[in-house]
Amino acid sequence: MARNGLPTATTRTTGSAGGGVGESVPRPDGRLKVTGEFAYSSDLWHEDMLWGRTLRSPVAHAEILALDTTRALAVPGVHAVLTHEDLPTAVRHYGLEIPDTPVLARDRVRHHGEPLALVAADHPETARRAADLIEIVHRELPLVTDESSALAPDAPLLHPGRTDPHAAHVPHPNVVHRQPVRRGDVAAARRRADVIVRGEYVFGMQDQAFLGPESGLAVPAEDGGVDLHVATQWLHADRRQIAPVLGLPEELVRMTLAGVGGAFGGREDLSMQIHASLLALRTGRPVKMVYDRAESFFGHVHRHPARLRYEHGATREGRLTHVSARIVLDGGAYASSSPAVVGNAASLAVGPYVVDHVDVEALALYTNNPPCGAMRGFGAVQACFAYEAQMDRLAAELGLHPVELRRRNAMSEGSTLPTGQRVDSPAPVAELLRRVRERPLPPARQWETSEGVDVRQLPGGPSNSTHGEGVVRGVGYAVGFKNVGYSEGFDDHSTARVRLEATGGEPVATVHTAMAEVGQGGVTVHTQIARTELGVSRVILAPADTRVGSAGSTSASRQTYVTGGAVRNACALVRERVLELGRRRFGAAEPAWLSEELLLADGKVVTAGGEVLAGLGDVLGGEAVEVERAWRHRPTEPFDPHTGQGNGHVQYAFAAHRAVVEVDTELGLVKVVELACAQDVGKAVNPLSVTGQVQGGTAQGLGIAVMEEIVVDPATARVRNPSFTDYLIPTLLDTPPIPVDLLELADPHAPYGLRGAGEAPTLSSTPAIVAAIRDATGLALRRVPVRPEHIAPG
Amino acid sequence: MEFLRPADWEEALAAKAAHPGAVPLAGGTDVMVELNLGLRRPERLLDLSRVRELHEWETAAGSVRLGASVPYATIMERLGHLLPGLALASRTVASPQIRNRAGVGGNLGTASPAGDAHPALLAAGAEVEAASVRGTRRIPVEAFYTGVKRNALAPDELIRAVHLPVADGPQQYAKVGTRNAMVIAVCAFGLALHPATRTVRTGIGSAAPTPVRADAAEEFLAGVLEEGRHWDTGRPLASSAAAEFAALCAAACDPIDDVRSTARYRRHAVGVLARRTLAWAWEAHRARPDAFEGAV
Amino acid sequence: MHVALTVNGRPLRAEDVWEGESLLYVLRERLGLPGSKNACEQGECGSCTVRLDGAPVCACLVAAGQAEGSEVVTVEGLADGEELAPVQRAFLDAGAVQCGFCTPGLLVAADALLRRRPAPADEDIREALAGNLCRCTGYETIMDAVRLAAARRSEGA
Repeated sequence: MARNGLPTATTRTTGSAGGGVGESVPRPDGRLKVTGEFAYSSDLWHEDMLWGRTLRSPVAHAEILALDTTRALAVPGVHAVLTHEDLPTAVRHYGLEIPDTPVLARDRVRHHGEPLALVAADHPETARRAADLIEIVHRELPLVTDESSALAPDAPLLHPGRTDPHAAHVPHPNVVHRQPVRRGDVAAARRRADVIVRGEYVFGMQDQAFLGPESGLAVPAEDGGVDLHVATQWLHADRRQIAPVLGLPEELVRMTLAGVGGAFGGREDLSMQIHASLLALRTGRPVKMVYDRAESFFGHVHRHPARLRYEHGATREGRLTHVSARIVLDGGAYASSSPAVVGNAASLAVGPYVVDHVDVEALALYTNNPPCGAMRGFGAVQACFAYEAQMDRLAAELGLHPVELRRRNAMSEGSTLPTGQRVDSPAPVAELLRRVRERPLPPARQWETSEGVDVRQLPGGPSNSTHGEGVVRGVGYAVGFKNVGYSEGFDDHSTARVRLEATGGEPVATVHTAMAEVGQGGVTVHTQIARTELGVSRVILAPADTRVGSAGSTSASRQTYVTGGAVRNACALVRERVLELGRRRFGAAEPAWLSEELLLADGKVVTAGGEVLAGLGDVLGGEAVEVERAWRHRPTEPFDPHTGQGNGHVQYAFAAHRAVVEVDTELGLVKVVELACAQDVGKAVNPLSVTGQVQGGTAQGLGIAVMEEIVVDPATARVRNPSFTDYLIPTLLDTPPIPVDLLELADPHAPYGLRGAGEAPTLSSTPAIVAAIRDATGLALRRVPVRPEHIAPG
Repeated sequence: MEFLRPADWEEALAAKAAHPGAVPLAGGTDVMVELNLGLRRPERLLDLSRVRELHEWETAAGSVRLGASVPYATIMERLGHLLPGLALASRTVASPQIRNRAGVGGNLGTASPAGDAHPALLAAGAEVEAASVRGTRRIPVEAFYTGVKRNALAPDELIRAVHLPVADGPQQYAKVGTRNAMVIAVCAFGLALHPATRTVRTGIGSAAPTPVRADAAEEFLAGVLEEGRHWDTGRPLASSAAAEFAALCAAACDPIDDVRSTARYRRHAVGVLARRTLAWAWEAHRARPDAFEGAV
Repeated sequence: MHVALTVNGRPLRAEDVWEGESLLYVLRERLGLPGSKNACEQGECGSCTVRLDGAPVCACLVAAGQAEGSEVVTVEGLADGEELAPVQRAFLDAGAVQCGFCTPGLLVAADALLRRRPAPADEDIREALAGNLCRCTGYETIMDAVRLAAARRSEGA
């Protein structure tokens, strides 16, 4: 079905002209990216630079008795070898929420791949050889690998003597954080239920698998500080954690965002930032560090694997009576963002449905497994897989179409969440489901062509494992919702500096933020907002760095909302000042300056009626108007630690999927034929870009549905597949057409009415695919990824 | 590390004789992975890319002499009519980029049970041409695999070519992986009908310590075809015979549980692939124009 | 050792090359051409795809010494001066670039595909580019881009 180059996605534009909000403006960094000139963090080079290398623990849990670096130091070309002993200050731990992660392990390692020592050398091979020569003397300790070993009365404690804010309320020191959500009377509601379904679900450990490896360049400065060029999601949070370890005031840690090759949550925590800085300050030379793919699997946190136990009750009419759930997330050895992931899992546990009687408990464990933290969807993904499976089972019990059961229980604007929070913006759950359901189905048996069987359209693809034998089609639906922005009372803000000046008589806007562009297109959006707000065509983006205030994290679907909001706000302030300047300059001579409502459009000051008063160049003259201002979304509240009640979230994103799959039922191989998505984005600030976000998120949900999983050996807690040979992400032959239907129901509280968009599609894609596989096979399939042997064990 | 760059085959053999520990490097798609990730640090690399003969093939006396470095892309695109089973296997090798570099010599040298070419080589009845300064010998491929990632080469030997009979009947190849492209085989199966000798040969990949043939299955099927005069008549195969063949192929496996799959699944999947590939091959055999003129 | 080769039409020479280095390392770290990317260095992602004597290959799996005397085309060599190649323009217009780390390899592979097959069917595109992983786009816009480049090439012809 070649469509001769026309984008397949449904897009809508508002008709505003000139590259502003609502248009599919091309990326400002696009040309550099297609010519190979865009400088990613692994592309950096500096005269005299050294290469850094990390030695990592070969075992998951051990007491470190000694690290002998003598032989490593003797290798010609080695300039430094650092261990815990060499750290310059008493601050030797870092962490996003809880500083529990050692910069370099001292006397104990808690997970496979934990950093032990650093080497700087003149060539990566020299550094690698030297690191291999460091002798580790260790004694292995008993492992904590799951809930039962973590919560046993005599369990080894991962972090004895905890003093973090969650320590006081957790039931066991190996629980990082626990959040109940209780509403109504579940026991009474259960008695009213005509149908009850119970199930336990398992969600495997997913990796962000961004393609650009952890990397960067640290350059020691003459003032004793360090200039750090890295790929990260939040410059200022990095700096807050880095500076104390280096013993430097924050202003001497100057950070600049290098090109980021994808993130998806995996760059929220630090990786090589402190290590490269330590080596640079020690050697007095610039130090470059680039992880290889194997090290990358140890260099960042993963999506929490989870066990989820659910009970859903409903009346014969298909109304939910109650939901109870227990969600156990494996946080691994260090806290990372586990507490916030728990908050999301708990508060979003029942999905986008109206349920008056709820009893939910979510918790994260400390174990000796790899640390887990942020990944696209952040706690909402695991829950969505489970509650949507439950909804399908209820529908089957009640003899209802899965979409019909969901429609009858769908939340909408005005609904109350189990946390007691009222939904005060559009919540088109039923409409999204209707849209994906009503799409025509892709034709059957597309593999039958005039030239015979096209195996590429069959499960197994070119591997030629079927010519249609055993192949059964299935269709599945799912819907999910995700909070946008940081929740639970966090002071979630961003900062923008906007400057307007005339260059050669032409007005030019410069936008400077510390927002991490990780591929999402935030930079494009900033140019669009500046054009719309300031009526200029030329917009320059200053590099993201720490010379401007914090932009917060490129996480939680928040940047278009929050940094976009900050840019819009700063533009509005600039506009006011420019108009003020004009009034001062021209108001006396031309009364319209004082009497009319004035706008900036097409590089001019115009009245609301369209009369041109002056060119911006004339208004500005030689002056530049510049504003830097922080901007916040409306505040949220923490959840009550016992009941989970509270207005914890600021906004929600909604997406629904319909998956069509073909399953080789004898071999258990799956071909996803189509993965249609409908999503409400509030306002498509850049339709092409937001459609790309929806498709990309959808594909990551496909990955965990049928192939992706970090496999940890339960006997050793060692990762068995740290490579792209055995950690498989979808290829072009695995990923089907992803038609996208965008709704734009404005959220009145958000800039331009927009909704954060990046994460929601990652939620519902996975359960829709698994529902379709269940439809084709009749199997229960309670675990993702679904592997061939789960469908056809033999 | 020393990088040896022989200009021709004689120089290559001399270098290998002088440095038996030198690691041959051709397409590089196995060796370079180990070098890049620090898993291997040989004293010497023996780069064979300038040895012209390794990139060539010739056909004589009903047999193809396939240079060890002829890339899979070439086998797929240009040798499908002579070596259909190997061409099908070639299409499943990794990615187009890898297929432009990698050749059969690499699969044989590495001798991983998961090498994609092995089942096709076994089914076709290939022989490996190994050479050293001492001379040249031909090793039947089933004797070439001696253990997990071990082969019959002497330390001073290099793989010059593989000899495969030109297909005298339909050949099939099928692989199972957990992704639809660029995937290491969970298991693979090759099958070739040899009407000229009234035999059927098989090859199983990734389901035993080495690539193996399903001898009992081959014998069983040869018997069924003979007794039922299938070769003469082109009659369809009874489903019970196909099922028994599949069961015997599954029984020929000696698989393990690993990060890619389970032993049980591998055995099962080999059976399914055996049944399917036999059906496709036999159908193709029956459908040959003028094959069974006058047959009952 | 040293390695002399032609990259994007220019004869270049790298000195002091360690024998275990790959062509990718030499391009990126010794010849000032970091456009080819280092996402996996095991031939599984295609982000280092270059044309080596005409054929798209993973530069990470070519030993530096093997590239001696060869002709290499990298992403930096696709454009004709300031004029972007059709695949480059199409990737921009179709929104096929997000983080962009897979883009250089995909562009070289897509360009090679269209040189061989000017009007590929969708499944041909999928098979030809299955060796290039993208984690951002879900591939839809990449399909759009290759279709668009093919359509423009045929219009231009």
